[in-house]
Amino acid sequence: MPLFLNDEQTMLRDTAKDFVAGTAPVSHMRALRDASDATGFSRDLWKQFAEMGFTGILIPEADGGLGLGLGHVEAGVVLEEIGRNLSPSPFLTTAVAAVEALKGSGQRERWFPGILSGETVAALAIDEKAKHGNAVAMRAERSGNGFRLSGAKQFVTHGHVADLLLVAARTAGAPEDVSGVTLFAVSKDAAGLTADPQRLADSSLASRVTFDGVEVDADAVIGEVDGGRAVLDKLLNAGRTGAAAELLGVGGGAMDMTVSYLKERKQFGVLIGSFQALQHRAAHLYAELEVARAAVLKAQQLLDTGDDGADEAVSVAKAMAGLASSLAVQEGVQMHGGIGMTDEYDIGFYMKRERVLAELFGDANFHADHLARASGY
Amino acid sequence: MSDLDNFRAETRAWLEANVPPSMREPVRGDADVNWGGRSADYGKNPDQKLYMDRMAARGWTVPDWPTAYGGGGLSPEQSKILREEMQRIRARNPLSSFGISMLGPALLKYGSEAQKLEHLPRIARGEIRWCQGYSEPNAGSDLASLATSAEDAGDHYVVSGQKVWTSYADKADWIFCLVRTSKESKQGGISFVLFDMESPGVSTKPILLISGYSPFCETFFDNVKVPKANRIHDENKGWDVAKYLLGHEREMISAMGLGLSSEGTLVEIAVERMGLDANGRLADPLLRGQIALHEVRARAFKAMSERFLDELKAGRAHPAQPSMMKYYGTELNKSRHELEMAAGGSDTLEWESERSVNGAAPRAWLRTKANSIEGGTSEVQLNIIAKRILELPGA
Repeated sequence: MPLFLNDEQTMLRDTAKDFVAGTAPVSHMRALRDASDATGFSRDLWKQFAEMGFTGILIPEADGGLGLGLGHVEAGVVLEEIGRNLSPSPFLTTAVAAVEALKGSGQRERWFPGILSGETVAALAIDEKAKHGNAVAMRAERSGNGFRLSGAKQFVTHGHVADLLLVAARTAGAPEDVSGVTLFAVSKDAAGLTADPQRLADSSLASRVTFDGVEVDADAVIGEVDGGRAVLDKLLNAGRTGAAAELLGVGGGAMDMTVSYLKERKQFGVLIGSFQALQHRAAHLYAELEVARAAVLKAQQLLDTGDDGADEAVSVAKAMAGLASSLAVQEGVQMHGGIGMTDEYDIGFYMKRERVLAELFGDANFHADHLARASGY
Repeated sequence: MSDLDNFRAETRAWLEANVPPSMREPVRGDADVNWGGRSADYGKNPDQKLYMDRMAARGWTVPDWPTAYGGGGLSPEQSKILREEMQRIRARNPLSSFGISMLGPALLKYGSEAQKLEHLPRIARGEIRWCQGYSEPNAGSDLASLATSAEDAGDHYVVSGQKVWTSYADKADWIFCLVRTSKESKQGGISFVLFDMESPGVSTKPILLISGYSPFCETFFDNVKVPKANRIHDENKGWDVAKYLLGHEREMISAMGLGLSSEGTLVEIAVERMGLDANGRLADPLLRGQIALHEVRARAFKAMSERFLDELKAGRAHPAQPSMMKYYGTELNKSRHELEMAAGGSDTLEWESERSVNGAAPRAWLRTKANSIEGGTSEVQLNIIAKRILELPGA
């Protein structure tokens, strides 16, 4: 399989580009922020995503999804445009990460229809500390026919409005153990569940979620009891690859804005883009983003073909997309000069969004460390 | 099974049976690279010749060239499978040659049928080793200002002048060379010619480098007779050929960043020299972090190289993308060698000892410093990206 988008994927990209830029450009995000919107995204827009078929990209045809052999490459095509336009959307958590976890589980019939129609929003309650890690300390004790969940999660994007929370909890062993983790599907109306939304630097809303003896039935378990790590890894691989694609959009959008600015801003009587000092910074940035783009597409293709090397490729993609997009937004503000520091100008929004996505599902250092361990050092 | 699956299965079986075990070992230095040519010495490693001949017999030293010219006639998909299967068993490149990576593509595009038939099969079989006569003392980054003259003498040219930084000119059999056939125009007065390095009037003088080795030469031409039949493309149109060829050179140099045959050696060296702590991690946490982040970029660049080749074969690559590949690949290669030196500590400083294999590591480290200079400096590549890809305004 060649490592570039095929004709169908290119057509989807063109469709997604027009659709996202048309319905949710940066001004859409700015308007939500200025209105102190309490949802964190537009529910109308989420329905439109469903009408476009985007929310069914990863859902199998038998479950009402698009089928057509679509996968992570196609989901990434949509996410890149979300990134480029800084569009607030539950697409990554719901239609990518949650769908990947629910696929093949008994819970899919309950949740897929709402995801397909753009009614349902899912959130991921994974992180327990400020830095993403592999440890799961939150407990789920057996209770009657089901389990009782106690503990706290943080950085739960859309957690305060999600209909469904996917929760990693420990049913056996110690926090650092690989086994003994179980993944639960918890409905928003469960008693004892509290979500405390916090506005983040990028004006998105992420919750600190508290589980105060939340009772769930045995059928809330996704995958195996104590063997949830397998399905959690599927969820995370999808989420990380998706976040990497969104980062490409954020970095690419910042670079495009910046290169355009270099072609219109004059100082000393000439366009500043004619200065070699700036040309070299921009050209270096281009190279970093191109390399990241290749790494992300490689991970998407390997996930889609079920290749053994997918896990490591996902870490390369998330780390490299983080490194390249971080450079893109920093260079973006620097090369815009003073105007890049103003709230009125959009480039600063790119910097804020990049920081949030870079942290999501593990930053570049986390993934570099993961690769190092996998290579025996 | 699809045709491509069949091809993969057959290729895998053939490679397993025909790639000698010693040709699956990592390339540790220039002695492990087979450059072919009249003066090649296979005495120390006869497997190099055996492996090259077996591959050449299938056209697999140049898998995607047409079979009429000694190639394998493989489609882009088949070539990719061959590359993947070679990587799988860590097979070395059977033949490294400027004939394959630079002159060949230019001949395929601009050469006459007679020129193709004369030169391409001999390149494919590793019989002739080529060198590149481009840079001159006063024409480095500004290559088109070259002055080596070719005077018209009827059926031949008389070539006089000097080239510099000619890689392995002292070991090469033939040279492809840029010469000035007109002073009317800078780029439009250059022609592209081929001649035998044994022609009367050719002499070479190796340049001693900081590595203690002399991979480059000064090359002198004193009234060298070059038949006009050896000119590629039209007179005064050599710059077109040169630019096309430079793209392939950048591609080749960028491939060094891939470290395909030396994949994993940085980590192996670091583990061997520094050891692991009780948690199974490199004993030096700061260097471990630097190596881990380097490996992220190296693996991402490996994907980039795959993407670039796929796009190139499909005619979808931006014409200036080789500049990006060259820039990134060479900077990555330099960084890898810096980390290898840091990981090796004072052991890797030994310059002549037997256990350092005559200072292979420090000499290789120093050699990489030329990567971002030769074939157009990193700064020249950034200029090209800025102008041709980002379309930033001229100064």
